Amino acid sequence: MQETFTEDQSQFREVVRKFLGDQSPMTAVRELQETESGFDAKVWQSLGQNLGLPGTHLPEAYGGLGFGPIELGIILEEMGRSLYCGPFLSSAVMAGYAVSLFADEASRQALIPELSSGDLRATLVLDSLDRPEQVGKTLAVDTANHLTGRAEIVIDGLTADELFVMAESPEGLGLYQVSPGAEGVNLQARESIDLTRKLSRVVFDHTPVQRIGRVDPAGLQRFWNLACVALSHEMIGGAEALLESTVEYTKIRVQFGRPIGSFQALKHRCADLLMSLEFAKAATYQAAFGLAVDNGPSFSANMAKAMASDCFMETARAGIQLRGGLGFTWEDDTHLYFKRAKCDEVLLGLPHVHRERMIQQMEDSDRAA
Amino acid sequence: MQLNEIKIAVNQFLDQEFSPDLSLVEWRRRLVAAGWAAPSWPEDCFGRGFSAEQSAVVEQVFKSRRIVGAAQVGPRRLAAETILVHGSTDQKNRYLPSILTGEHSWCQLFSEPGSGSDLAGAATKAELSGDRWIVNGQKVWNTSAHHADFGILVARTDWDVPKHQGLSYFLIDMRQPGVEVRPLKQMNGHASFNEVFLTDAVVRGDDLVGGEGQGWAVATTTLSIERQGFARGRNPRATHSAPAQGRLYDEEAKELEIDNAPYTWYPQREGRPDLVFERAKATGAIADSAVRQEMAKLVCLSEAAKISARFVAAHRKMGNNEVLPAGSIGKLGASVIARQAAQVHTMISGTDAMLSGPGSSMEGVIAETLISVPAISIAGGTDEIQKNIIAERVLGMPKEQRQDTGPFRNIPRNIG
Repeated sequence: MQETFTEDQSQFREVVRKFLGDQSPMTAVRELQETESGFDAKVWQSLGQNLGLPGTHLPEAYGGLGFGPIELGIILEEMGRSLYCGPFLSSAVMAGYAVSLFADEASRQALIPELSSGDLRATLVLDSLDRPEQVGKTLAVDTANHLTGRAEIVIDGLTADELFVMAESPEGLGLYQVSPGAEGVNLQARESIDLTRKLSRVVFDHTPVQRIGRVDPAGLQRFWNLACVALSHEMIGGAEALLESTVEYTKIRVQFGRPIGSFQALKHRCADLLMSLEFAKAATYQAAFGLAVDNGPSFSANMAKAMASDCFMETARAGIQLRGGLGFTWEDDTHLYFKRAKCDEVLLGLPHVHRERMIQQMEDSDRAA
Repeated sequence: MQLNEIKIAVNQFLDQEFSPDLSLVEWRRRLVAAGWAAPSWPEDCFGRGFSAEQSAVVEQVFKSRRIVGAAQVGPRRLAAETILVHGSTDQKNRYLPSILTGEHSWCQLFSEPGSGSDLAGAATKAELSGDRWIVNGQKVWNTSAHHADFGILVARTDWDVPKHQGLSYFLIDMRQPGVEVRPLKQMNGHASFNEVFLTDAVVRGDDLVGGEGQGWAVATTTLSIERQGFARGRNPRATHSAPAQGRLYDEEAKELEIDNAPYTWYPQREGRPDLVFERAKATGAIADSAVRQEMAKLVCLSEAAKISARFVAAHRKMGNNEVLPAGSIGKLGASVIARQAAQVHTMISGTDAMLSGPGSSMEGVIAETLISVPAISIAGGTDEIQKNIIAERVLGMPKEQRQDTGPFRNIPRNIG
């Protein structure tokens, strides 16, 4: 297992950071969050065709770049820093992982090249974004391959070219493909507190769907771990950028005749945040290093998700508090991070859910020993 | 030297020189003479200039053959490594060998009743009189001072310059009439520390380290060595399960007993997170979802601290010399972990947490943990001072306006 980042990985980070710095500045984030689609098609195209980012973690044999969770993590971390607006999490991470893990050979050959280049923007419809054992409880496919049920929260559903759906069926949990324009598909926009990530609801009513793969419990857990660790990277990236800007603000804001960063109350809070960030980064990187080489238990992913969630929220709360009134205004950017932090905190399981899973696994390995 | 060459050389040396019937001191003199006592030290200073990796090989051979190495436990390590960096050749020659052989034990004389966190505010006075220094004042929190032969001492030699510039660093003989040592009982009942009263105590003229007025720079070296120790966790050296036979081992056992005595409760001040899972299971507290949450938070913290330390080490191994933020949070992390562990132990114990002594949980270890944890966020630099350091040096936040500039004589300080 890797112990730290390689030279190549650090260079890759620089490339991604530069790209996002040029293509996704805060002015663009602010514009895009006001739009319905929520992303810039040109930037998405360039990110796919010039850099191949959506296929970073997808198998080379099918047209991906063949890297793994570490490189994907670097992208997410950088996207988290810049609050990149676009369907990367929904299409590249969630749909991409689902197709590469669960789809049959023919579907992989057909879909992965398109997902990798970004030409196909897809999303994964899950009836639970909370815990894997709830997946498939409200979405069901009958013997005639008709899908009925609803998913209350779908990321980027309104702009997706294709929907992949995990649903229960007489053959067990499966992965299904359906076009958003198909008969009996009703997609509606939902208001999200985080305007940089667009949410929708989808209702299926006897919608004809194509089964493209089987989802076994172990595979679903693997999927969940990979997605959680990717999301954890987004959170530590966001937390780091926000801590940096918060610290910078305390250096220039003057009250009582001195920069507020010279007050110990603020210093101590920032030092606490740095510790929380360094610990969350350690947990997240370690989880990615582990997932890159083994198919093991979810313990590290649980730990990463719990710690990164708490860290990002803590940093977001402090980011607003340390800016005082300014931090509560729409004009200041801090609330954009705060809202992303709140949504990421709950997406794929709240911290307490992951902590409970950690203890369950400690009990399991204790019983086995 | 290649790693396998080192292994062969050490084994050869041990085959020729080691015997369990030697006296401890005689054996260690041989180690010192051959450069195996402290192989990471420079070649011209009793060592071999080995890297961490090379030294680890030596240590491994010693361990696997159950060979006694140089004396290491206690403040003598702080003294040795500081002398190594700042000491004169004469000081190195006079003091380092007897530290390695264990003939002399040391203590640290830094903190004072009037200057704790503000260590540079030390008011113990050293005045030059002929070719020697005369020292007057009081020190506190001096581990092992009651049996120490020598001390590393910070004292003020100039009252008319700013406080950091008026300090000097000395090596003082503890066995003299002007030095009185009294044990200091702590809230957990142990007396690991002492108070040291210096009344016209004498320091040789050539026992000044790093020059007059250079004391703060030298003390900073000692303090950073001390902090590294905290982040790593300073457990007493484990006594071996099957003690080997022979005079050497008997003498080593005696030495360890004395040296380790102040530290018996140190694992407890770290919160004993290692005991949490077993206790939660044994008491049934593990069924309580609130306990499970707090346990998991503890595991997150302690695992992340370990991972973070590994990353810092891996980063250095790749030849990167920049200081990572992660390297600065170790001691603060240890405090947070200890507090969380104590809280979880309390939840597991319930009302039994009131009990102490042999009839209480784990023969009193848990009670000792609960009343020892407050020490970890104070000793070696309080959490608050650590946070100031992190904020100012790592995050680059502005320093507070100082009230203690100008001649030390004019700065307000504690009376008495």
